[in-house]
Amino acid sequence: MTALGAPRLSRRIGEGAFLVFCWLATGIAILALAAILWSLLSQGIGGLDLDIFTKSTPAPGSEGGLLNAIMGSLMMCVVAMVGAVFIGVLAGTWLSEFARDSHYGKVIRFLNDVLLSAPSILVGLFIYTIIVAPLKGFSGFAGAVALALIAAPVITRTTEDVLRLQPIALREASVALGAPVWSTILTVIWKAAQGGMLTGALLAFARISGETAPLLFTALNNQFLSLDMTKPTANLPVVIFNFALSAYDDWRRLAWAGALLIAATVLTVTIVARILAREPRRS
Amino acid sequence: MTAAADVSRAAAVAPPRSAFGAAFDKAFEILCFSAATFLLTALGGIVVSLAIGGWPAFQAFGFGFFTSAEWDPVQEVYGSAGAVAGTLISAALALLFALPLSFGIAIFLVELCPPMLRRPIGTAVELLAGIPSIVYGMWGLFVFAPWFAKHIQMPIMMSAEPGTLWEKITTGVPNGAGVLSASIILAIMILPFIAATMRELLLTIPAQVRESAYGLGSTTFEVVRKVSIPYIRTGAIGAVMLGLGRALGETMAVTFIIGNAHGFPTSIFASGSTIASTIANEFAEATGVLHTSSLIALGLVLFIITFVVLALARLLIGRQANL
Repeated sequence: MTALGAPRLSRRIGEGAFLVFCWLATGIAILALAAILWSLLSQGIGGLDLDIFTKSTPAPGSEGGLLNAIMGSLMMCVVAMVGAVFIGVLAGTWLSEFARDSHYGKVIRFLNDVLLSAPSILVGLFIYTIIVAPLKGFSGFAGAVALALIAAPVITRTTEDVLRLQPIALREASVALGAPVWSTILTVIWKAAQGGMLTGALLAFARISGETAPLLFTALNNQFLSLDMTKPTANLPVVIFNFALSAYDDWRRLAWAGALLIAATVLTVTIVARILAREPRRS
Repeated sequence: MTAAADVSRAAAVAPPRSAFGAAFDKAFEILCFSAATFLLTALGGIVVSLAIGGWPAFQAFGFGFFTSAEWDPVQEVYGSAGAVAGTLISAALALLFALPLSFGIAIFLVELCPPMLRRPIGTAVELLAGIPSIVYGMWGLFVFAPWFAKHIQMPIMMSAEPGTLWEKITTGVPNGAGVLSASIILAIMILPFIAATMRELLLTIPAQVRESAYGLGSTTFEVVRKVSIPYIRTGAIGAVMLGLGRALGETMAVTFIIGNAHGFPTSIFASGSTIASTIANEFAEATGVLHTSSLIALGLVLFIITFVVLALARLLIGRQANL
């Protein structure tokens, strides 16, 4: 049996090397994640005190926190998400329920997929030319529009995917009862797919809350706490960028604390989204 | 999923009873249609606005904008070749590192991983994709670069024989920031995306096909090489292009660690710049019309490169991988 079943030595060596390589590759990825999380925790946790949430960004050498940046980021992300969910859910619904196999549907689906992975800095340039330059000023609103444009394709794609998973019998049952299409979609299909749609929205939120490039020349930055989104608005990613590359130790300390804050938010939201997605879909 | 699974087809068979319902149906469809068209308009808007914004630069420098690597805001002379070269080189190197690793991870998750570890390891790889690029940048500059300089860059530079080509392409300031370290950080960033797509593709292979190969006595390596890879070949190339598209447009992490020097990178340890890092560094401070316009023109070049790569990726992957 062994003489017949055992592979020849050269095959065994090839197999062994291949298995070791696969284990090693996975190990490298896990090691990288662990190293990044460890740096974030060890460098960031020291700066994470109450001041972070109660004081605005300081001048070098004085006490301060990240309150203005956190507020600005929250405002922009919320406004962006409202817009992106509106556009994304409707567009996804059109692709799933109305587009059928039309050429136009295929084109939109294709271009949405391209938009999904297009460089975010180009979205920033686009919003700069159509909003910031004509209105002659950086604003939190422009930043929110840029973020919305990054989140919308994500939501469109996930919405279409989960709607397509809903059984045709559900639609037929509703329509056979005399319900019009719009109420079938609103009260039956969206309701059945709400878990998956929430997952999509959470993933989109995770994606935009760490985005820096599109905010560099749309929202710019603001030293002070301001709730006025028509003015330049502070935000965590840009503050981290500026402070990390500065020469002041206390600014760098704040940058690490901010980076820890952002990473913790993004990773928590991602994990929650994954847990929500686990129930109805295959693993 | 069959094409019949949409609500409008079901409604065609059984039209709604109330007239109000029917009238609102059309309005709702138009609303959804407008949202989908809005996305198309946005993508079109990006191209048009970049082309218009970059026009003064194309007009001033003509074809020289693409061939010259001179980038001098003081003299107001701009050429894109240096940044384009930096972009292509760093992305290609990143792909070189990320491709075998992500393939190994995908195979591991599908073929080798003990079922108990499958979910935690899969999640860990996904989290790697979730970390914001600015965090990669900070980690790259403050943690990775010093380690890289001490344990990899210095030994390589010391051991290079003077006068050889190898010595020429490994000279640089031993601070760990440069083209090669940027590529390694980029590789870590795109690795989870390629691995996830590869994994989805591997899962589309019918179990019978793989199992019959195992049944004939093949080792894992042989199954992967002779059955799995040929089966997913087209999609796998698409997955790689998707990773390439991400690497080309990645901004913040590269801005932190590539060193930001204009012109062609002279060695793998030398400072360089990419299109995205140049825009991120200079756009907010650009004062002259020509400077702003040249940066937007750079953006258009980046858009064209990534659009071609991403479009090819999507065509090759198709929809089977559901990503």
